[in-house]
Amino acid sequence: MAITEQTPLELTTGEDRTSSAGDPMGVFARPRANTGWRSWVNTVDHKKIGIMYGVASFFFFLVAGVEALMIRTQLAVPGSQLLSADLYNQVFTMHGVTMVFMVVMPLAAAFANYLLPLQIGARDVSFPRMNALSLWIWLSGAIFFNTSWFLGGGADGGWFNYAPNASVTFSPGFGIDFYAIGLIIMGIGSTVSAVNLTVTVLNMRAPGMTLMKMPVFTWMMFITQVLLVFALPVITVALLLLSFDRIFDAAFFDASKGGDPFLWQHLFWIFGHPEVYIMVLPAFGIVSEVIPVFSRKPIFGYPFMVGSGIAIGFMGWGVWAHHMFASGMGQMSILAFSLATLFIAVPTGVKVLNWLATMYGGRLRFNTAMLFSVALVGMFTIGGLSGVSHAFAPADTQQTDTYYIVAHFHYVLFGGALLGLFSGMYFWWPKVFGHFLGERLGKWHFWLTLIGFNLTFGPQHILGLQGMMRRTYTYFDDQGFSTWNLVSTIGSYIIAISVLVFMWNMGASYRKHRRERVDPGPDPWDARSLEWMVPSPTPEHNFDETPVVEEFDEFWHRKYGHDENGRLVRIAKTSDVAQTGQNANVHLPSPSYWPLVIAISMPLIGYGLIFNLWWAVPGAILLIAGCYGWVMEPSTDPAGGHHHDDHDPEAGPPDAAVAELAKGEDLETGMSNGTDDGGPESSTTEEAPVG
Amino acid sequence: MGDLMYEEVEDLEFPDDIHVTSTGISNEKLGMWVYLASDCLLFGGMISTYLIYKNRPAQIEGLEGGDIIPSQFFDIPFTSMTSFILLMSSLTMVLSVNAIMRGDMVRMRLWLVATTVLGSMFLAGQAYEFTIFYFDDGLGFTTNVATSAFYALTGLHGVHVLIGVIMLLTMVGISYRRKMHAEAVEVVGLYWHFVDIVWVVIFTVVYLIP
Repeated sequence: MAITEQTPLELTTGEDRTSSAGDPMGVFARPRANTGWRSWVNTVDHKKIGIMYGVASFFFFLVAGVEALMIRTQLAVPGSQLLSADLYNQVFTMHGVTMVFMVVMPLAAAFANYLLPLQIGARDVSFPRMNALSLWIWLSGAIFFNTSWFLGGGADGGWFNYAPNASVTFSPGFGIDFYAIGLIIMGIGSTVSAVNLTVTVLNMRAPGMTLMKMPVFTWMMFITQVLLVFALPVITVALLLLSFDRIFDAAFFDASKGGDPFLWQHLFWIFGHPEVYIMVLPAFGIVSEVIPVFSRKPIFGYPFMVGSGIAIGFMGWGVWAHHMFASGMGQMSILAFSLATLFIAVPTGVKVLNWLATMYGGRLRFNTAMLFSVALVGMFTIGGLSGVSHAFAPADTQQTDTYYIVAHFHYVLFGGALLGLFSGMYFWWPKVFGHFLGERLGKWHFWLTLIGFNLTFGPQHILGLQGMMRRTYTYFDDQGFSTWNLVSTIGSYIIAISVLVFMWNMGASYRKHRRERVDPGPDPWDARSLEWMVPSPTPEHNFDETPVVEEFDEFWHRKYGHDENGRLVRIAKTSDVAQTGQNANVHLPSPSYWPLVIAISMPLIGYGLIFNLWWAVPGAILLIAGCYGWVMEPSTDPAGGHHHDDHDPEAGPPDAAVAELAKGEDLETGMSNGTDDGGPESSTTEEAPVG
Repeated sequence: MGDLMYEEVEDLEFPDDIHVTSTGISNEKLGMWVYLASDCLLFGGMISTYLIYKNRPAQIEGLEGGDIIPSQFFDIPFTSMTSFILLMSSLTMVLSVNAIMRGDMVRMRLWLVATTVLGSMFLAGQAYEFTIFYFDDGLGFTTNVATSAFYALTGLHGVHVLIGVIMLLTMVGISYRRKMHAEAVEVVGLYWHFVDIVWVVIFTVVYLIP
């Protein structure tokens, strides 16, 4: 039977002459390891990738933390000579860039990778191999960026590296080259990840899971990914122009040759302000999951919660120039951006109100996860209020480049993003690792963090208003900054101790788990969303059967109903509504080497661009080989043991010859954002892994 | 083309959860759309940069490299011709998608190769234009900010076309090796059309508007 006229696009045509689809280039055998380090290196499982994001970003958190301690130690006493001015510039720049691009963003990505598919009831993300690719590209870019310490010194122009300070004239070392190329590499990784997760949320939802039934965390991550999709190319342009200036002697930002330093500021902040929301919205999402669970109430005003997130996402594009009030850009611009900045406080205020209203009248349980979330609400509000004070341009001209700004954005990013991420760790730890984080040490961790954080950054408001400039490596005794600086330094060491307590807690909880083996069960917190429906830790295939969603907070509604008086009553035991994780007849995407191969090529090209173009040749060859290996490799291993032939006929219709298809060629993912040597940044797209 | 297998037809008539996505658009296609949305801003940034810098050397006195700018040397008839060639490659791309939808692998290869040839002719035209600018008119990449911005923008577009050409050729090669999804050709086609549309914008903004 031949359907010649209207073959639908999804079906295959042509002949299959592949004899050995299993080893595409005849070089590597398809990876099959399920245990040991190989299973982590090759994996395309969103859960393992999420865990690796978390581990790697925690490592960089420690690196950036040490850099922060160096800054605070230097500033503890006036006239300190611990760091030279040059080294101080490098340390604060590397601290900022590392915290933004290698801690907060990937830590949020860790949560997104692990939780998004679970919360929408999917087996995996839409492109599992691209997911691995984004992890490895990000990691190779992050390592590349940090190797600058050993190759002539780090970047030294602040995290925004204003022109002309970033030019070869004023920063002759390689640090800013590493900054530009490292961020381009990490940007490629983030673009891949953003495309992947955007499509996942749009396309992979379980039956019945409409957009307005998605958990708030999923919504906030979705908005974050959309912001990333549109914000990253802008900074990529800026970084490309910067590297043309530095490596190929162009003059895009050199005023003496007609370039415009202002262009850099605009491009950077058009990216940079959405970036602020990219960092903080995931934490908002986490808090919006934690507070309802520990208040035993649904989130207050769900549509407003979602709508304010969308509003923040939109308005975040119209406020970038409030970073530039002191640059002399003209009164009309200042007025417009000042007003827009005042308005963006409104949706943020809506969120704070909704969190408080969720807690109001609830049965509150103050365990560590909840404490961190409540602390976020308070600390972020302080940061938001000092932010509103910047929106008034006359005040901002006083505050620009003082410690008041430093205090503000640490209240927003530490008090907002990081506290939320810690809250999420305590909340989802049992789901990810199958055991709780200790509550007693957790409370120590929380209180030390909160006290240390406020001691560190609270006094910086005062220092800033007294006129202490940021990015200056020391100060004099007679300026009157000494007392509060010492307090701030003491606070920073308290934060360091709290991080040590957290690490001790991780170790101790694991050892306790090894001794006692207490199974937390699928739903230890009596929680609301779908990820709590599967056993802890999550089985490899996520859901035994795809849940059919009828309501927002679906899992809660399966457990609880209302009696005739409208009171909450339990209608089912958790063990009856949760899944067992026993279904073995699930078709999973096969592991692959190629994401790692492609990722390794990128820093090689980067070193080549900086030191000697010839060194880029092996990188380019590896990139092209990686792309072709990827394309020629079927996304599902035909010999991988889980072919559609051994499907239980009851378990669902067979995957229409998935193995032979390897559909989708060369989905362009962002190499064109990148450097040169045009191998297509191809990434074969995956068959939907739902099986 | 081989006959459709029974299960494929069944999937066609009774779509189940496996093949139906929440939006009804396949992951691959939606992913390409999202990526192209991102790419818009990449070109947006580069075009803005060019617009800021295009006349700047003439406006500021005493800059190194003099006040020559690329727009003095544009050969509009020539570039119109290469633009026309690139636009025609969109037609051949459509024809190849149409061919594989009918299962006609031979014509699909033919039209893919035609698209590749047209794309390569565009690239060759761009290379020729660059050599004229560089050797005859003295417009180097570092001459001044206008030339830097011009080469950066058109070069970025050229790299996109080159990647497209490589993808098309790869697709021709793969079609000899194994079965293909018509949609794979369509998704690469989306990329190709996007690159064409961007050129329409660049040609208008850079070449036609003085």
